[in-house]
Amino acid sequence: MASYSTNEFRSGLKVLLDGDPCTILENEFVKPGKGQAFNRVRLRNLNNNRVWDRTFKSGETLEGADVVEQEMEYLYTDGEFWHFMVTDGSFEQYPADEKAVSDSLKWLKEQDVYTVTLYNGAPLSVSPPNFVELEVVDTDPGMKGDTAQGGTKPATLSTGAVVSVPLFIVIGEMLKVDTRSGEYVSRVKS
Amino acid sequence: MCPDDSWQSTASLDALRERAKLLSFVRQFFDARDVLEVETPVMARHGVSDIHIDSVSVDTRPAPCFSGGQCFLQTSPEYHMKRLLACGSGAIYQVFRGFRDGERGPRHNPEFSLLEWYRPGFDDHALMDEVGELVSGWLGIVVPERVPYRRLFLDTLDVDPMLADVKSLRRLAGEAAGDAGFAADLDRDACLDILMTHCIEPALRSRPAVFVHDYPASQAALARTRIVDGFPVAHRFELYLSGVEICNGYWELTDVAEQRRRFVADNRARRLAGKVEMPIDENLMAALDSGLPDCAGVALGLDRLLMCGLKKKAISDVMAFPIERA
Repeated sequence: MASYSTNEFRSGLKVLLDGDPCTILENEFVKPGKGQAFNRVRLRNLNNNRVWDRTFKSGETLEGADVVEQEMEYLYTDGEFWHFMVTDGSFEQYPADEKAVSDSLKWLKEQDVYTVTLYNGAPLSVSPPNFVELEVVDTDPGMKGDTAQGGTKPATLSTGAVVSVPLFIVIGEMLKVDTRSGEYVSRVKS
Repeated sequence: MCPDDSWQSTASLDALRERAKLLSFVRQFFDARDVLEVETPVMARHGVSDIHIDSVSVDTRPAPCFSGGQCFLQTSPEYHMKRLLACGSGAIYQVFRGFRDGERGPRHNPEFSLLEWYRPGFDDHALMDEVGELVSGWLGIVVPERVPYRRLFLDTLDVDPMLADVKSLRRLAGEAAGDAGFAADLDRDACLDILMTHCIEPALRSRPAVFVHDYPASQAALARTRIVDGFPVAHRFELYLSGVEICNGYWELTDVAEQRRRFVADNRARRLAGKVEMPIDENLMAALDSGLPDCAGVALGLDRLLMCGLKKKAISDVMAFPIERA
């Protein structure tokens, strides 16, 4: 991979830092009037999702990281790996390990499309779309009259995710859920 | 802004009107004080030797009384203005377009507006008074407080910048930089710079206006030095407005031999850092030799002063076309 100098650091650039693939979030040039120039850089470590604040001497370089994002359809799990297939018609398949899917495990539904981040050709992480539609498999019985406002109750969805839903929701309904907040959005008319 | 807008000014028209007002305010301020406005070359055969400041180099063709060749866009009008002072100009000021290669960030653009002025008979504290009047007059804020560099480090970080050994400064700078190994090869002043930008400046954000003065002598640049509490300090000051560095001033060095030593030391440092050396400007040396009047001088960033007045976070909010649109 090419290496990049601090003045080429742009938001979204993928680099290797301390052996970990990182994405650059912010890069600020700082320089006291008579002093040396530095870059204060904020990066996200793609291995553990932690945000790092690091300072570099201006002109320092970091090696680029072979990181690409691809849309893939989730196929199935064999208990050890979760298998995804590229949606570009190549039928290329990638097995993602538990670490890679851990953050999106509760939103994984077969045949839905996810963004898979590949590092050196292997899945590093899997991000769900912002909204998924999942079936309610368990919740307390709905109560008549509780249509508009009122309290909420937990509902278990087909993937095992538990979300807080209005009291009128019943087993078997399809729900639209925001994966970023884990919150119920609406019922899906079928 | 989407890419299609890149022909447009990044500053609002209101900000540009404010810029025009500032220029007229500055001219009235110095008119009333009998300070002469001057213009000196932007392009010249010599550039600054300071290791951390890079001049933009330009090629020129020969002309009848000029051999042509490499010239530099000036990073400040300092050398030429000092030559005018040696000519007997008396108090002078200049609104100058300065250039510094490779500097672009929220507070930096490679081309920027400087207000630089010199006051014969003033020392650093008398000049701080005048800078305070100009800045508080323009912004309508209180007169800046004054804090010695050493006191600021002691109060903010409980570190003595004069006494701390380089090992502990490296450790602190490494912590501030988020990487313990980062500062392993930095010298004292570079460590202090890191602590200044990463720890002190944020602490100054809650204070409207602070003059930091009595810098360590190792950061004297073109200021004269003296001994305070047993430590050599420079008659140098900077003004911070809510944590933003606005100006840099000196009670100017007039000793030509000392000046030459500092230029030679600069070039040695440049050589070690793998940078091109800057030939000594012998015209400046001759001017200093003929006698620079006892004076204090300061350079103030007009773009940043505008940013402070308009509460803008980016220099591009107060200049029409930053370098990427120029």
